[in-house]
Amino acid sequence: MLRFLIRRTLSAALILLVVSAVTYLLFFALPSDPALLACGKQCTPQLLATIRHNMGIDAPVPVQYWHFLVGVFAGRNFGAASCPAPCLGYSFVNGRPVLQTLLNRFPATASVALGAAVLVLTFGVGAGMIAALRRGRAADKVAMGLALVGASMQIYFFGIVVRYVFVDQLAWLPLPGYTSPGASLTGWAGGMLLPWITLAVVNVATYARFTRSSMLESLSEEYVRAVRAKGLGPWGVYVKHAWRGAMTPIVTMFGIDLGLFLGGALITETTFNIPGIGKLAVDSVADSDLPMMMGTVLAASTAMVLVNIAVDACYAVIDPRVRAL
Amino acid sequence: MNPLTPVNPATVSSPRTDDHAAGGEPFLQVRDLSVRFATEDGPVQAVDGLSFSLERGRTLGIVGESGSGKSVTSLAVLGLHDRARTSVDGSIRLEGAELVGADEARLRGLRGSRMAMVFQDALTALSPYYSVGDQIAETYRRHTRCSRRAAGERAVQMLSLVGIPSPQRRAKDYPHQFSGGMRQRVMIAMALCCDPDLLIADEPTTALDVTVQAQILELLAEVQQEFRTSIVLITHDLGVIAGIADDVLVMYAGRSVEHGSVAEVLTAPRHPYTMGLLASVPRLSSAVDVPLKPVPGSPPSLLAVPGGCAFHPRCQARDLLPDDLCSSRRPALVAEDARDGRDGGDGHAAACHLGTAERVAFARRTVEPSESNDTRRIQGTNR
Repeated sequence: MLRFLIRRTLSAALILLVVSAVTYLLFFALPSDPALLACGKQCTPQLLATIRHNMGIDAPVPVQYWHFLVGVFAGRNFGAASCPAPCLGYSFVNGRPVLQTLLNRFPATASVALGAAVLVLTFGVGAGMIAALRRGRAADKVAMGLALVGASMQIYFFGIVVRYVFVDQLAWLPLPGYTSPGASLTGWAGGMLLPWITLAVVNVATYARFTRSSMLESLSEEYVRAVRAKGLGPWGVYVKHAWRGAMTPIVTMFGIDLGLFLGGALITETTFNIPGIGKLAVDSVADSDLPMMMGTVLAASTAMVLVNIAVDACYAVIDPRVRAL
Repeated sequence: MNPLTPVNPATVSSPRTDDHAAGGEPFLQVRDLSVRFATEDGPVQAVDGLSFSLERGRTLGIVGESGSGKSVTSLAVLGLHDRARTSVDGSIRLEGAELVGADEARLRGLRGSRMAMVFQDALTALSPYYSVGDQIAETYRRHTRCSRRAAGERAVQMLSLVGIPSPQRRAKDYPHQFSGGMRQRVMIAMALCCDPDLLIADEPTTALDVTVQAQILELLAEVQQEFRTSIVLITHDLGVIAGIADDVLVMYAGRSVEHGSVAEVLTAPRHPYTMGLLASVPRLSSAVDVPLKPVPGSPPSLLAVPGGCAFHPRCQARDLLPDDLCSSRRPALVAEDARDGRDGGDGHAAACHLGTAERVAFARRTVEPSESNDTRRIQGTNR
């Protein structure tokens, strides 16, 4: 297990290095000049050069990237502004190191992601299981019909309609928004309710359908029949044995989705004005805040890579055949 | 011709089993079992009017090609068929208790404890996710409600009983860590852990190497000797039947076409299909360049079973009988003796229109002069 973790951490570092290089190159190929934006209306060539130097964008792109990498470990100074290690860049738009902003925003994103993940797993897997066990009957058809409706929903449509009906008109749900759970747990849960429901509804469908087909496949396995031949009841047959076999593909998909959620649910956060990493990404694009954009991309890839290490570790727990590999 | 009197299934079983007569019903009695299920292409009659009985401590071999209804029969006995799509008629009685239509909870209590099943391929029939010890212990706990520790000890004990070396350590291993033969032993250990009275083995050796096959059959025979287990052995391999079965039932298209003691059926087969199966077994004694003699044609689709005798399109003895007889009239499963109006009572029955004289003529034609010795030789190979 230790060897596995070391190997995966090294490969994760490599992946992040490649992602950062690619984003760096991509973003510096953009036509906008952050120095020009920062320089303002009374810009002189001299001032512009100073700003360029302070921002660290007067060197060739590969050298800039090298500075960036060094900064991650040693920290950097941008003119008067300092960015302590690990420095992922400095946002001149809001005048702070990128990492600091990312860390500030992460709790909101994590709140959305984890809450939605719990709902998605509970209802998606639950509905899929029921549909598989009641295959072809009313419960199956209802569950799969609802799944289809859910899958056809868009967050920016569904979220806004739900908000209008249940918050603005009926006032059944509190206004969406982020309150620190440390400050008020009920305020936090209340504000998160709508984003959770919205993000869950859209994704539950996929999980329900996926769980259903995975369960059906598992139920047709010979060993499930053998378990019945041993005299085990529904719990043993469906949960202990069939579900165990159906889990692997669902865990894979869940890993990808959780990684995406933790990297910032862009549309959900924007729709409900949640100050998370997704919203930050959208705002930094609007502000042409290149270092911040890079930071959000790196944050998203880090989330993805870490969750996938966790998923791979889960495989080993679920399936003993993987441990031998 | 004499009237074709259908035989009482009880008398079909071999004479050696007749000792039950005083005590009432045989241990396992299947009468007129029919299994139908709906498929997308239409209803399928997988088993059609099957009857047999089995005494304690004896082995019934069921032979047939794939799709002949062998496995469906075993699933029906355990009540493992898909209840929503399958209809089972007739009667299956285990020590007098009716299993057809019995409620699921009662069957669940019997499965794994009174009647257990050994599946064909232990690699797919054992869950890859739990250690073999856990899987055996799970069965034991289900039926005994004992402690985890006691069940674990039972699992180790069972593994040692079926000849797994260092069982204590191996109990913690997963199915994929065993060889094919060892895995099948695990499967047998699991089936036997609650000391069942009836063991249904569905092609237990098909997935194994020949040498390992012999070991597994030997193990089954030992187990039977020790625990007086009744075994239903499903196979397409006549060699296996010859090796360990007492009685044999030949199935074709869901019907029983021949039934009797192994000695009778393998040495003096009465149905052209059985004769064909026997003739198709390769012999070590025959020259290498003698081609194999398969039964011509292929088994019928159960969606369109031929009328009359289901075997007639493939039957090579048809020319001995009047034109339409085989395709229009379904032969009843009758004992030769009943047909001749005698009461020999050896229980050897076949479902064929051929009379004794025609059959002898046909047998002489299909089976080469030296062949009758060879059928005995097959019997010898698996002993």
